[in-house]
Amino acid sequence: MRYIPNSPEERDEMLAVVGLSSAKELFRSIPEDVQLGRPLNVTDALAESEVIAAMEAMAAKNTAATKPSFLGAGVYSHFSPTVVDHLIQRSEFFTSYTPYQPEISQGTLQYIFEFQTLVCQLTGMEVANASMYDGSTAMAEAYLMAQRVTRRDKIVVATSVHPEYREVAATYTQHGAAEIVEIAFDEQTGLLSDLSALDDKTAALVVQSPNFFGCIEDLQALADAAHAVGALFVVVVTEAISFGLLKSPGSCGADIVVGEGQSWGIPMGFGGPHVGLFATQEKYVRNMPGRLCGVAYDKNGNRGFVLTLSTREQHIRREKATSNICTNQGLIALAATIYMETMGKKGLQEVAMQNAQKAAYAKQQIAGIDGFSIPFSSPTFNEFVVRGPRPATETLESIREKGIIGGLALSKYYGAHDNDFLVCVTETNTREQIDSLVNALT
Amino acid sequence: MSNIPENLRYSKDHEWVAVAGDVATIGITDYAQHSLGDVVYIDMPRVGDKLNAHEAFGSVESVKAVSEIFIPVAGEITEVNDGLNDTPEAVNNDPYNAGWMIKIKMNNPGEADAMLSAAEYEEYLSASA
Repeated sequence: MRYIPNSPEERDEMLAVVGLSSAKELFRSIPEDVQLGRPLNVTDALAESEVIAAMEAMAAKNTAATKPSFLGAGVYSHFSPTVVDHLIQRSEFFTSYTPYQPEISQGTLQYIFEFQTLVCQLTGMEVANASMYDGSTAMAEAYLMAQRVTRRDKIVVATSVHPEYREVAATYTQHGAAEIVEIAFDEQTGLLSDLSALDDKTAALVVQSPNFFGCIEDLQALADAAHAVGALFVVVVTEAISFGLLKSPGSCGADIVVGEGQSWGIPMGFGGPHVGLFATQEKYVRNMPGRLCGVAYDKNGNRGFVLTLSTREQHIRREKATSNICTNQGLIALAATIYMETMGKKGLQEVAMQNAQKAAYAKQQIAGIDGFSIPFSSPTFNEFVVRGPRPATETLESIREKGIIGGLALSKYYGAHDNDFLVCVTETNTREQIDSLVNALT
Repeated sequence: MSNIPENLRYSKDHEWVAVAGDVATIGITDYAQHSLGDVVYIDMPRVGDKLNAHEAFGSVESVKAVSEIFIPVAGEITEVNDGLNDTPEAVNNDPYNAGWMIKIKMNNPGEADAMLSAAEYEEYLSASA
């Protein structure tokens, strides 16, 4: 959308047309006592150079972007090729909203179709939607979908799922019938092992892998346990780069895969906007939330893209809609699509391998420091938990003073883990940075 | 002119009921299928569901719209026409036979007697046309 300024003369002209004498009169339907009665507390107009200086000063406070950082926990620092930002800023893409008159927006539908295709290929699922707001709301929608499919209301979710995802999903579903039961992970392995909460009332078993501690769950075994009681198996993935290396959730029996696509070329951006992934098996497609784009052929055999199964959605079905998600995270899904297509199959494998290898190196080095250990025994991808000799908040504060962001203290979310912190290593961390982290901890 | 078989009972929501003892077979009428257009999907209840009269038991999705289908008489679902998953067009082509949707065990078979007869339904259609 273009910004079109108007002059005082033009404003007077418009007011004259509607028969008013001042812009203030436009607000006369608002009672006096709820009007502010003074100008907003906003700085007077600045020169462009002053605006730039002010923005640069603000940006300079964003130290995470410049210091060596080993902070992951749901939002990851990855390299995004310049072409991603360049292409999404084309005005055809940048200014268009989710298509409500979809078939004239063939370019938009085509990239959505490509996005869905790539999500399916990477998750190993049969059908993916045009995206959700973010990983946490996608997970909440998975709860609701599992309830619709199974007609059961008990959701069994591992506490090794991102704590903020669980919080969002609980908020999102609080007025529905969902009964959320959280089950603990094994303190030795970091993995889920006690599945006794599963029963014939369970709609879904919800597991994250790699989980919040970076541990790679045995998805097939968990899928079998969920299926044995007739529940759906929901796999949550917060680190989408892991798809490049790990066995896909779909090939391990997942019924729904949800996750966060931020790692695919999207800036960390203080936590958003990001893009939610949602994929399932075709037999459940009518219970899937969100927009869905399909390919079709016209009477002359020309290929075209169409919105498919719109009859699930609220603009047609109103209160009977499958979900209230009737939009998608268009621009961010486009960025993710361009990222995946730029990286290609080999590129996605390569970046995943670099993450795993660099993290393995860091893990090994840190485990060798006196007083430090790795509390969970299971294999990890690019994140792992470190147990230090003193409270993690103190450990991290001391290395922050040395200019390094060392990770996340687990005590923020997990009471009995005071000395533990989560370290993430991606392809953006150089060996020098890893060595400096190790030195800072020593 | 709609096909309205003599031996069935009808609702004003355009469902038909075939009664055999306390079992009722239920579908939508020829008029209903014609109004909906090409049916592509039928969302069905599950066997064992217990429904009150006039409750929605599912929905019929045609190319551009979704319409709820209402159960004219109270009862428990004993059978669902799973064949419609693969051939939803049977609702269009053969609404009174292959297009049947559910069978129920009626709570009160008398309820079906209170429904419209073929003649009454025909009159209802021409009055509302």
